[in-house]
Amino acid sequence: MPLTDSLRNDILAAVPSLRAFAISLSGNADRADDLVQETLLRALANIDSFQPGSNLPAWLFTILRNLFRSDYRKRRREVEDAEGNYAKTLKTQPSQNAHLEFEEFRTALDKLPQDQREALILVGASGFSYEDAASICGCAVGTIKSRVNRARSKLAALLYVDGAEDFGPDETIRAVIGGSGG
Amino acid sequence: MKDLKSQASKSTTPGKGGLTPEIQSRIGHQLRAMYDDVVRQGVPDRFAELIKKLDAPGATPQVENGGGSNDNNGRD
Repeated sequence: MPLTDSLRNDILAAVPSLRAFAISLSGNADRADDLVQETLLRALANIDSFQPGSNLPAWLFTILRNLFRSDYRKRRREVEDAEGNYAKTLKTQPSQNAHLEFEEFRTALDKLPQDQREALILVGASGFSYEDAASICGCAVGTIKSRVNRARSKLAALLYVDGAEDFGPDETIRAVIGGSGG
Repeated sequence: MKDLKSQASKSTTPGKGGLTPEIQSRIGHQLRAMYDDVVRQGVPDRFAELIKKLDAPGATPQVENGGGSNDNNGRD
């Protein structure tokens, strides 16, 4: 579809979540913004392939996610100061305790396998449905559910020690993502 | 004693090795806090300008008719 004013506004409106997704994935603010820029350029260059009425954020997230993955393969050997760089992006300086807790969380998140991390972020933070997350990641809905499950378990194991063993795929997952609808 | 025990298992055990609701919601909360902190930063100028600029070449120029219509001339 052609780049109408309203489509341009919708793309603009998606930028804050695209950045949040990129930073959550990469742990690096500069790299995240490069990813967002590349995503926007690709989106605008391929705007004709966007189906009017379909989910624009999901389309944009798919582009970003694929860029991140190909970029990740290229950069695998680079060592990056993820946390330090991320902390710079915070507007408000968190209190000492909150900051420590935040860094612990960030570190734990970075330890997850990439598949699990992206699934958890898409469903638990971006608020996508399992179906949308599955289409963004190009896998089955059940796969997304089990990745989110394993991500939660692993985070709990890293952060809170107890009660972190695997649990059944469907049992608790709905409660986990209480706010995904809104 | 056995009362206590059964109550405890009702309110806090996660079932078969699962996560307690408390831990689940704590993870969810931290995840969203991290994410929303970035969302709240809004759209950096860099991206707003990028989208504006890229729009320009493809934009169809708006042709405006200035008020000078000649239709009613030649009336004298």
